[in-house]
Amino acid sequence: MTDSTPDALVACIPGLRRYARSLTGDAWSADDLVQDTLERACSKWRLWLVGSALRPWLFTLMHNLFVSQFRRAQRASTAGPPLDIDDVAGDLAAPDGSPDWAIDLQRCLLQLPDDQREVLLLVAVEDLSYAEVARITRTPIGTVMSRLSRARARLREWVEAPAQATPRLRRLK
Amino acid sequence: MTRSDTEPLSDDDLHALVDGQLSAVQRATLQARLAQDPKATATVAAWQHQREQLRALHASVLHEPLPAALVAASQGAARRRQQVARWQRWGGLAASVVLVFGLGWSSHGWWTSAQQGGALTAQEFARQAGVAHAVYVAEQRHPVEVAAAQQDHLVQWLSNRLGRPLRVPDLQAQGFALVGGRLLPGDAGARAQFMFEHGNGQRVTLYLGALPPDAQSETAFRYQADGPAPGFYWIDHGFGYALAGRLPRAQLLVLAEAVYRQLP
Repeated sequence: MTDSTPDALVACIPGLRRYARSLTGDAWSADDLVQDTLERACSKWRLWLVGSALRPWLFTLMHNLFVSQFRRAQRASTAGPPLDIDDVAGDLAAPDGSPDWAIDLQRCLLQLPDDQREVLLLVAVEDLSYAEVARITRTPIGTVMSRLSRARARLREWVEAPAQATPRLRRLK
Repeated sequence: MTRSDTEPLSDDDLHALVDGQLSAVQRATLQARLAQDPKATATVAAWQHQREQLRALHASVLHEPLPAALVAASQGAARRRQQVARWQRWGGLAASVVLVFGLGWSSHGWWTSAQQGGALTAQEFARQAGVAHAVYVAEQRHPVEVAAAQQDHLVQWLSNRLGRPLRVPDLQAQGFALVGGRLLPGDAGARAQFMFEHGNGQRVTLYLGALPPDAQSETAFRYQADGPAPGFYWIDHGFGYALAGRLPRAQLLVLAEAVYRQLP
């Protein structure tokens, strides 16, 4: 069983880092989250059912850590309520072809509620099934689907919002 | 359930299309309906484009050299996992259940420990199960710590404490209902005891827990007739199990087999 080999765990790290980067929005928090996840895996191995898939289990650990630690910290540091669509639309450069598209996409992601961002990334980037995502986030599948719908719809609105004629100064967070 | 070709697709349909969570047949059917629905077609296109962008975002991280701290953390975790796997992974199970008795059980006093050389033997485990059975079986008001009414919580709690996902066997086919369970001390960590009760008031207990790595790795079914309560016991993947109760041996065997069949 491939998931039982020692290399299987190391092989998961790049994917975990990428997911954490999109989830938290910054490289340092992301690597901290991955590190905490690996340390938690160290102490929780007895709860891993041998033969079950490794990735979903690691994402479950990361989800629990994210919810308990990072969201609390982020809420303490960021100021103000989530921004309105119109506020955000003005900051977006034209889609594609712009070197800033990645920055914009990441900022849009961070505007999503945490629950929606998680589900969107787990489904669209990590290729986990809806049932797996429901297990990882400990919510019913119906909730997963509605979060997915809202996340995709919102992101689409923000991306399709008309670009400003002149480039605006980036708002510093 | 049949749908007309012109019925608009639901969001769930569109998600499944974009995320590839469909069989070839389902995909073909939905795409045919999609062709009739320009609004949905636009949505699917937008979501697919969005999906590609999300996958491209930070994709460079996948090819970066790993930070040393993360490598170290993963190596620690991998070492620990191998250790746990060694404890959990024992030789293949006996293909058939073999009844062994006459093990040369000597008559130590039941209430004193029979340990030799520090290793926890299967017999000692069974003795402890018998003691635990005798202590709690007569309880009327507090036979268990957590009742069957909270079975999910009971299983979750004991699984956490024992460090292994547990499953409570269903003995209703044999006429026994779950009363509940409790946490008990053991040589190599916590143990669990589940109590079952028959309609006629008879009770049996299932006692289980990890044995230390140097104990016997696995045994077939064994029967012990002496002590506070007779029962069947066995070791499987480093875990000991004992099904005890003041019942005829044949009935205990049926219960023990039922338990054994249902455990992972």
